Amino acid sequence: MRNGLPSHSRNLRFNSMANMNANGKSHPPAQMAQGATAPAIEMIGIDKWFGGFQALKNVNLSVQPSEKIVICGPSGSGKSTLIRCINQLETIQSGEIRIDGKALASDAASIRAARRDIGMVFQQFNLFPHLTILENCMLGPVKVAGKSREEAERIGRSYLERVRIPEQADKYPAQLSGGQQQRVAIARALCMQPKIMLFDEPTSALDPEMVNEVLDTMIDLASDGMTMICVTHEMGFARSVADRVIFMDHGEIIEENAPDAFFEAPKHARTRTFLGQIA
Amino acid sequence: MIREFGPNEIIFIAMAIRWTIALSAIAFVGGGIGGLIIALMRVSDRPVLRALALGFIRLFQGTPLLMQLFIVYFGLNIVGLPTSPWIAAGVALTLHASAFLGEIWRGCIEAVPPGQTEAANALAYSYGVRMRNVILPQAARIAVAPTTGFLVQLIKGTSLASIIGFTELTRAGQIISNATFQPFLVISTVAVLYFILCWPLSLLARRMERRFARATAR
Ligand SMILES: Nc1ncnc2c1ncn2[C@@H]1O[C@H](COP(=O)(O)OP(=O)(O)O)[C@@H](O)[C@H]1O
Ligand SMILES: [Mg+2]
Repeated sequence: MRNGLPSHSRNLRFNSMANMNANGKSHPPAQMAQGATAPAIEMIGIDKWFGGFQALKNVNLSVQPSEKIVICGPSGSGKSTLIRCINQLETIQSGEIRIDGKALASDAASIRAARRDIGMVFQQFNLFPHLTILENCMLGPVKVAGKSREEAERIGRSYLERVRIPEQADKYPAQLSGGQQQRVAIARALCMQPKIMLFDEPTSALDPEMVNEVLDTMIDLASDGMTMICVTHEMGFARSVADRVIFMDHGEIIEENAPDAFFEAPKHARTRTFLGQIA
Repeated sequence: MIREFGPNEIIFIAMAIRWTIALSAIAFVGGGIGGLIIALMRVSDRPVLRALALGFIRLFQGTPLLMQLFIVYFGLNIVGLPTSPWIAAGVALTLHASAFLGEIWRGCIEAVPPGQTEAANALAYSYGVRMRNVILPQAARIAVAPTTGFLVQLIKGTSLASIIGFTELTRAGQIISNATFQPFLVISTVAVLYFILCWPLSLLARRMERRFARATAR
């Protein structure tokens, strides 16, 4: 499997490799796409331009339900852009993205419908500062999912419990530490009961002593079987949680592998250089 | 017959202040609604709406308020409506306030960090929920001080309605001035009344501005 195929044709194969590891035999990609478990996320030949600058170059990525992907790479390599294309915060110029086998459409109603299944956590938390922690969590369930206030409050409190800050429910975001705010952001996303969670450098804006509380929450979520794509340089997290680690540079997926192989035997010189820099 | 500038005359002028307040209130409420629409058009995803709103703002920011009053006043006649100072002043000042508040509030909406819009979008909020529950409440806090400042401008601007025959504070002053031949005294009285109306608002605007600066510095 780990041969010198160009990266985009290798992506689908690695995907099936994850499957192979689980059940001991390999399936060709076509069969997987048609099977009962369509990939949770499928990106096929994605090109993304910002004006004359190409931020993503023929990106191919397939993520199985419950799979955990860690994306790393130098700043400006297109990691954020890649995951922001999945929930259509960015529009792509060519290629196709499928969620649960269904191709994303560009009309407003379809975009919103697709986003309901995809939670996102940002580097800067982006909590709503004028709402309390609980209100941050309740707004979506009430206004988007049409739940009653009682039901929304129950959901909100249960997820705040899960991220271990139920006692902060009535405070405002500015009264919380960075780590607490990020955990609220995770709870807020979970309140929409998404099938997929995207994390864009969730610990990069945190003081070092707060990184672990957020990572622990993410590990907890991973062990519950959530499909996750995490842009992060936290290599400990990648090793313990990721099914695959993807390395990006200059808008391309350069290399992807199971975490142990990725960190111990990176194939590409650029990957080695990068790993040397962050170690 | 020349009248003395006495208590009756002062009361006549002071009573006219209610028409200044009424006209300001109409323009402020009308301009508030119009301004919100203009501001939302200005930050819309649709280029056509943005261009229309920008044209409207440029038109009203690029011409004197007095010309706007004249054009609406005489324009009403052309489109076959009765030429009433009330309607003309109300419409002209409402359009004027819509343009200015639209531009002020556009800035306030854009001052809300883009991450807020992204988070709302990522959470699948509709446009309405995103604006009503996330963006506008935050923009409103930023908007309080400049909006109060504009209200002061608007109150002073209503004095121009006297020229199309609307009997508010300034016009009442002119009437008394013509009757008493004491223009300096009369107009000074009028100015003091404007000051009494506007100064507390200016103070309030400044205080809110300071409070906001402190809040955002944190
Ligand atoms: N809105 C934008 N407009 C123009 N260029 C952008 C925009 N967003 C990102 N880029 C560019 O695209 C490249 C990839 O950005 P990004 O995906 O944010 O990188 P990363 O998350 O890996 O640091 C960068 O060179 C960045 O400057
Ligand atoms: Mg990034």
